[in-house]
Amino acid sequence: MPNALSLNQLSISELTGRLARREISAREITQACLDQIARVDGTVHAFISHNPADALAQADAADRELAAGVTIAQKPLLGIPIAIKDVLAVKDHPLNCGSKILGKFVSPYDATVIEKMRAAGAVIFGRLNMDEFAMGSSTETSAFGITRNPWDPARIPGGSSGGSAAAVAADEAIATLGTDTGGSIRQPAALCGCVGLKPTYGRVSRYGLTAFASSLDQIGPFTKNIEDSARVLGVISGLDPKDSTSVDVPVPDYVAALDGNIRGLKLGVPKEYLIGGLDPEVKASVDAAIQQYLALGAEIVDISLPHTDYAVATYYIVATAEASANLARFDGIRYGQRVDGADPLELYTRTRGAGFGAEVKRRIILGTYVLSSGYYDAYYLRAQKVRTLIRNDFLAAFKQVDAIITPTTPTAAFKIGEKSGDPLQMYLSDIFTISCNLAGISGISLPCGFTTNPKLPIGLQLLGQPFGEATLLKLAHAYEQSTPWHREKPGTLA
Amino acid sequence: MEYEAVIGLETHVQLNTKSKMWCGCANAYGAAPNTQVCPVCLGLPGVLPVPNEEALRKTILTGYLLNCEIPRFAKFDRKNYFYPDAPKNYQLTQYDKPSTANGFVEFEFQGGLSRVRITRAHLEEDVGKSFHFDRNSGVDFNRAGVPLMEIVSEPDITSADMAYEYLNALKDILLYGGVSDCDMEKGMVRCDVNVSVRPVGSTGLGAKIEIKNMNSFSGVRRALEYEIPRQIEVVKKGGKLIQSTRRWDDTTGITEEMRTKEHAHDYRYFPEPDMMPLAPTEEWLADVRKLVVELPLARKQRFIREYALPAADAETFKNDVALGNYFEPLAKQSANPKALANWVINNLRAKLTETNEREKTEQAELGIEPADLQLTTLADLKFPPAALLELVALVEAKTISSAAAQQVFAEMYATGQAPAAIVQEKGLAQVSDTGAIEKLCDEAIAASPGPVADYRAGKAAALNALKGYVMKLSKGKANPALAGDILERKLKA
Repeated sequence: MPNALSLNQLSISELTGRLARREISAREITQACLDQIARVDGTVHAFISHNPADALAQADAADRELAAGVTIAQKPLLGIPIAIKDVLAVKDHPLNCGSKILGKFVSPYDATVIEKMRAAGAVIFGRLNMDEFAMGSSTETSAFGITRNPWDPARIPGGSSGGSAAAVAADEAIATLGTDTGGSIRQPAALCGCVGLKPTYGRVSRYGLTAFASSLDQIGPFTKNIEDSARVLGVISGLDPKDSTSVDVPVPDYVAALDGNIRGLKLGVPKEYLIGGLDPEVKASVDAAIQQYLALGAEIVDISLPHTDYAVATYYIVATAEASANLARFDGIRYGQRVDGADPLELYTRTRGAGFGAEVKRRIILGTYVLSSGYYDAYYLRAQKVRTLIRNDFLAAFKQVDAIITPTTPTAAFKIGEKSGDPLQMYLSDIFTISCNLAGISGISLPCGFTTNPKLPIGLQLLGQPFGEATLLKLAHAYEQSTPWHREKPGTLA
Repeated sequence: MEYEAVIGLETHVQLNTKSKMWCGCANAYGAAPNTQVCPVCLGLPGVLPVPNEEALRKTILTGYLLNCEIPRFAKFDRKNYFYPDAPKNYQLTQYDKPSTANGFVEFEFQGGLSRVRITRAHLEEDVGKSFHFDRNSGVDFNRAGVPLMEIVSEPDITSADMAYEYLNALKDILLYGGVSDCDMEKGMVRCDVNVSVRPVGSTGLGAKIEIKNMNSFSGVRRALEYEIPRQIEVVKKGGKLIQSTRRWDDTTGITEEMRTKEHAHDYRYFPEPDMMPLAPTEEWLADVRKLVVELPLARKQRFIREYALPAADAETFKNDVALGNYFEPLAKQSANPKALANWVINNLRAKLTETNEREKTEQAELGIEPADLQLTTLADLKFPPAALLELVALVEAKTISSAAAQQVFAEMYATGQAPAAIVQEKGLAQVSDTGAIEKLCDEAIAASPGPVADYRAGKAAALNALKGYVMKLSKGKANPALAGDILERKLKA
């Protein structure tokens, strides 16, 4: 079998089947991922760090459970290596958030999603690179070096979860977890050609997610296909007593929802998303996807989301305001890197001056400004009101349609350094993804084609109702199964 | 021109919940530094606050006890400031939507009733505690995240003494409601004072000056006794007061300026996004209302009204709740509640105090720590409460004299034996047999020529000496009133 895929290239569905039949061991899967990291991560640099011995020990434990008769039904991720964005707390693993300021900090506790994945049998390994404190769209603001796009190492993988997307695209992990505050899962998934899901706000516990913007952040999976996305989402979702913003909505069987029958479902095409900066090849791919949905029996409806224009401005007020408070705890007093001073104020300014990068400082200053006495009403309060209008736009649209279809990004992956000097251009690369977080709804990005020269992935975004992930996954799955894109692998690294 | 003070108080009270405000760590005083901490109260990356329902319940209960409105929508906000004892460098508090608002406290002051309006009682979190050593400093985060209630008064207080009485009344209410242990020495109650002065008769407000760092109610009174004349002096000399914050120094007894308005913090309050707003249901509020207790002042007034007690006795039962609770069911059955109150306050309480003092000495000698002392309480008494009622009845019926009653009480306290049995066993029944007393009176007159002469010379008080002689002869059993009558008759004959 000359074209046989190695274990690290397979999906969760394929691997769990072969594990259940005892054709392979969990150790072999983890070893295949570790081998791939050794082979390609010198170029890709998706990982800040990883501990092979610890990963293999977990894989061996999974093998013992399989030998003892534990089934996939009992532990749906048993033996599957899943790597973690550096913003999520994993007990006894480093936690740096892509920043220098946390120094040698090691988390003493597991995030709820990590607890849930451990209970499901996953092998939790590695710290994935990211923009510092998830602030960025290219992973260039990381204090641990840039991550390269597996499809073209001269290009960015997107961000902030660039390491999470690149690791899946480069088959260094079977799946990864990332976080999405304004597109940080969907945008890198689109640029790296994998599946990235941002669940509804409250669907997945944020306990253990180092907050960037508390009212916007959600944890979600990067996977090689839609079915895997459904599998991981099923494991990590649900009410958490440790997160009072998590919501008590039953977790359906997301895999069972993937029945291929989307006949009669309505997809909305928002006219506001056909903007000037949209790359023609991206537009052509999305148009083709719309045609494909028609062919699959879905209906296409023109809709309007009239407050779309205000989304980026609103986002950068709400997110930076929350971030300015969330990042205040990194002060050098209790943990992380400290640069001493004569008094607390000098200690703070030196520690934070040395520990935070330029983008983080820019956002803290912006957030501090918009909350300042005399400016609060004009900025923060007004932004919250506009946020409500944006949410209402979506809720009104969902009275007409089951999901909304858009490009994930205006262009394919850009070159390293191309936008890092121009924050505003960088912010605009999230123009299609930001509204979803402001509205608190669900969204997914999946491959829908490639640019021709160079060959770079193009992402299709589907936006769903609050807690409408099952419908979203069903729609995404039907498209995926009728198109070849998800089977393509980046050539340069193979 | 005469000036008057305008004073408002901000009182911070630690709630006596079992666990902290956002996590399961113990809310207990005195543990070794940083032993009651977890990722949540240390503000580690990724943690989230989950509100303690018991703390919310106690806050709402306080609202009811302070006659407040309970808004059906409240929320927490972040108050941003950097300080080493603040784990997150923001404090969670209720800024513009507090859980309770617009109440009042009523208390006795200068012989009348005073009322101070309560702006709000809201919930927030306590911070850690800094310690400074020779070359470095440390922070103990055991206190970080302890539920802290802030009770803000309107500027209705006009003197240092009134502030002192308001604080005591507030403390009594919180103790009655069981919401806080109010132990000042453990820092469970802390006060900030806002004070300004203005010409008497004016309705405007002078520059508001905040005083911090008082750690006792008497500290608040002393700080105001210093600060009010200071401000009046400045104004009288034509000076101008500016809005500022001052620090009370308890040792030197003066206030010093810390910062002025220009240097005031901008706390950049905004709604806490990690928590949902609070929307108490009617059902939940109804359950909290069941916890409402009678207020201290109402209890005192009721004791005066229902049991015809003097104010001092009612005050005793207000302050010593257990003693009042012991008294009240007996008083309902007593023909003479005033006499019963005398026994409970003057004999029972005194005896119990004496016993406790002895126990403290004995146990201290055995090396028992003050916190572990085992002291006798009203619940441990050897005699049943009804026995006290019986004793009072024996005195009322003149079966025994007051002097004999003291003996009976000492015996029942020591052994638990019933009063009637003690009277019988010790032969303490009062002698009202005229013939027997006449004999004793004759004996007394014969043996006391001095007092007899004095009495006959017009010194009425000399009769007491003779009466005492008769009592002594009867071993305390003679009816003293009867003995007096007989002596008088015989001497006037």
